Amino acid sequence: MAETGKSACAPQNLSALRYPTSEIQMSALPDIQTAAPTGAFTPDVFASHLAGLGHLPQWWLDRKREAWNRFSALPLPQRTDELWRFSSVQGIRLERAHLSAVPGQALALRPTPLDFAQSASLTFTNNRALPAGSLPSDLREKGVIFCPLEEALTQHADLFRQHFMAQPVNLGSEKFAALNAALTTSGAFLYVPRGVEIAPPFVAAHVASGEGAAVFPHTIVVLEDNAKAILVESFSSPESSPASGHFAAGQNDLFAGPGSQLTYVGAQDWSRDALAFQLNSTVVQRDARVLSLNIHLGGRQSRHESHSRLQGPGAHSEMLALTVAHGAQEFDQRTLQSHQAPHTSSNLLYKNALLDQARTIFSGLIIVDPDAQKTDAYQSNRNLLLSDDAEANSLPGLEIQANDVRCSHGATSSHVDEEQMFYLESRGIPPVVARELLVFGFFEEVLNKLENEELHATLRELIQTKFKHQTP
Amino acid sequence: MSQLVIQDLHVSIGDKPVVKSVSLTIKQGEVHAVMGPNGTGKSTLAKAIAGHPDYTITQGDVLLDGRSLLAMEPDERARAGLFLAFQYPSEIPGVSIANFIRAALQARLGESAELDATGYYKKLYEKMDLLKIDRKFTSRSVNDGFSGGEKKRCEILQLAMLDPKFALMDETDSGLDIDALRVVADGVNKLRTGQLGILLITHYQRLLNYIVPDFVHVMHEGHIVRSGDKSLALELEAKGYAWLKKELVHA
Repeated sequence: MAETGKSACAPQNLSALRYPTSEIQMSALPDIQTAAPTGAFTPDVFASHLAGLGHLPQWWLDRKREAWNRFSALPLPQRTDELWRFSSVQGIRLERAHLSAVPGQALALRPTPLDFAQSASLTFTNNRALPAGSLPSDLREKGVIFCPLEEALTQHADLFRQHFMAQPVNLGSEKFAALNAALTTSGAFLYVPRGVEIAPPFVAAHVASGEGAAVFPHTIVVLEDNAKAILVESFSSPESSPASGHFAAGQNDLFAGPGSQLTYVGAQDWSRDALAFQLNSTVVQRDARVLSLNIHLGGRQSRHESHSRLQGPGAHSEMLALTVAHGAQEFDQRTLQSHQAPHTSSNLLYKNALLDQARTIFSGLIIVDPDAQKTDAYQSNRNLLLSDDAEANSLPGLEIQANDVRCSHGATSSHVDEEQMFYLESRGIPPVVARELLVFGFFEEVLNKLENEELHATLRELIQTKFKHQTP
Repeated sequence: MSQLVIQDLHVSIGDKPVVKSVSLTIKQGEVHAVMGPNGTGKSTLAKAIAGHPDYTITQGDVLLDGRSLLAMEPDERARAGLFLAFQYPSEIPGVSIANFIRAALQARLGESAELDATGYYKKLYEKMDLLKIDRKFTSRSVNDGFSGGEKKRCEILQLAMLDPKFALMDETDSGLDIDALRVVADGVNKLRTGQLGILLITHYQRLLNYIVPDFVHVMHEGHIVRSGDKSLALELEAKGYAWLKKELVHA
């Protein structure tokens, strides 16, 4: 397909490309980083947050204080910061958000319905876990733990402490990672013991409700040796208020022990006025396989950072993402595939469909450590431009320090293919349906990588509904 | 009886005239073969009739049962009963054959009615059995990674499912080895039930050993220069296109 539309793309050669690069100067907008770096999250807000947590362990409260200090000290992202290249940093404002109580009516609100057989589910509204039934006894007997974060840090303290933010966030959003750690009270903790395989997905649903609601989900998944499980996380707002002012700073720590198989799905469908950050850290140990699929639909401006660390021979990470961007939405995706051991592989495929005046940014890097010989790493960003006013930015990168590796990357931006359109129309399919089929086909290549058929169908439905509602 | 009438058709690609005054009438149940050397306008004729946006009809008309197709969009022409079997079918990643054909049939019903899924799959499997196509095919993406033979069989499957009045088959034999050619030809022959009219475009005579035409037309430089029965194809095969060119010069 031809490179068309407004798209920017770094040189795509296979030689080592240093990153960050710094040759680009952004246009001369006035620098408006004069806002307070903590916005609505004042020391008083933090103090009263802590005051409500007296029942929790001291080490946890200490960590929160440390995180708070980090958050307060770090500056907001700057236009000149290479890790925020192409981002609308002027849109990052913390003034409106607040830690709201759960509005009474919100308790009855349910998240985006996920219609597939589940092992268990947890729902969090405005940082509070809604009452959930106990875990089915067969799972309990196998030693599976699936509980809200605060229960985990009291009942399963050692496990929790070992994996909570065990890896540093280092793709630009350190400030928001610290804010998450300082204020999080919600999120799921999933632990699957050695050799236990659970087929139906676990679900953690996060809901933001009420004007200016700020949420800080933090989910942890730990799979021991040869365990297998699926976790689906959803992020949604029940209101369709055009000016919700929602704010989200979420994190997850995924740990796949030796020989384990983890599938993680994140379905982001925040309200259209939300400012959202979601930061992922994945550790893949010897012979483990992780497939992560992040679907981005909601928010005014949202940034997703994903870092896979391949730490043992045979480790594989499949990093997938699908985005439907419309209106004036901005989706900013930053990825890092760290190959830290020999004979590891990773495959990244991020697909964006852009309508209206939407913007996307993909910036991905593969780093191969000096001793990570026989690394096999691939990275691909595909943008489908459905409007001449949409803008897709692509910054692929490689940093290879080993000499016996297979690494490549590619980025394309294209419009709907006219020959494919004619082929579909020549079968009697009207142009509007033909276009839809092609867009859904574009997504299906990614969704097809899910083994769970029901989950696949649910996610397809979620995306298709979103797409149809946004196009006349 | 249905008929497709091509009247004094002129087609240009950009500013370049490619088809120059072609007239042809195909009745239901008839197979018309159009032969001729490469670059003589055969494929252009088929694509222009189907409504490809790159081809401009500068003169003439195409009538299906008396209705002009030219003001119709490609999808409307298809729903009116026209089918183009492509020489190079597009690959449509992520769209399964089953969903693709279903969308095409649903389009024929309009928005008021929902296609009956059970009946649909019954018919689909019937046609696949008829064409000796593995049922696993239905979940594969349309033409995505298909061999040449698979692509052509997929075209014939669509033809069988969509039940058009007239099919324009553009170089259906190209890229096929003899076994694949036989399978495709068998498929087409099974669809020759007396209802379907076929315009069969081919460069080589060998396809006509398998799909025996009622009429043969020879195209040269945008014109139909000679028409006859199947013996014309054999004559061409024996003497080659050079013979024809010589004849035209002498004429």
